[in-house]
Amino acid sequence: MSEKKLAIIATKGSLDWAYPPFILASTAAALGYRVEVFFTFYGLQLLRKNLDLKVTSLGNTGMPMPVPMPVLLQALPGMQSLMTVMMKNKMKSKGVASVEELRALCVEAEVKMIACQMTVDLFDFRNSDFIEGIEFGGAATFLGFAGDSDICLYV
Amino acid sequence: MAEFDQELDASGLNCPLPILRAKKSLAAMGAGEVLHIIATDPGSVKDFEAFAKQTGNELVESREDSGKFYFLMKKS
Repeated sequence: MSEKKLAIIATKGSLDWAYPPFILASTAAALGYRVEVFFTFYGLQLLRKNLDLKVTSLGNTGMPMPVPMPVLLQALPGMQSLMTVMMKNKMKSKGVASVEELRALCVEAEVKMIACQMTVDLFDFRNSDFIEGIEFGGAATFLGFAGDSDICLYV
Repeated sequence: MAEFDQELDASGLNCPLPILRAKKSLAAMGAGEVLHIIATDPGSVKDFEAFAKQTGNELVESREDSGKFYFLMKKS
């Protein structure tokens, strides 16, 4: 069986949007794909040593709420933390892996993770802010792999 | 039930964990050996079919019994 390739660009840094890239990358690796994920802009948050990802219903009208809540209430201090705690608890109760766990599985499966050097500099991150084993590169680095990929996704 | 060499209980785990755990178990097994997988995620039925098709391992059996899903996967 010839090796397939999956290329993903991860641009979002919230708890909910951390899932698609890590789920697809880890599963593809399990299916024998070679996988590269390019993390840029807010997606860089997914590579930090200490993950502090949050979820918010603000500007996200599709998020199911336990009780209907006016937008102004959703914006109150503490609401984002509360929603994040509730989401994490719900995921745990449903047997959904944590982002940390999925990321560790990606590392273990040798998914190649590339942090966008330009946005690392833009946000004044230090290379030491990120987990071990990742690479730093630019668009050309990613396109070198993506150009030959069977699947290329922008998340 | 058919015979198997190793068992993996993925009950309570959700996508993609049953697949990832199965992959890990299979990696430590020899060719021709059979892994018995127990799962509660309904999505795992289609996922294990797809897993077998794409990895070349053989899904010998897939059945449901009172809310649980049982699979026999033969390593290629």
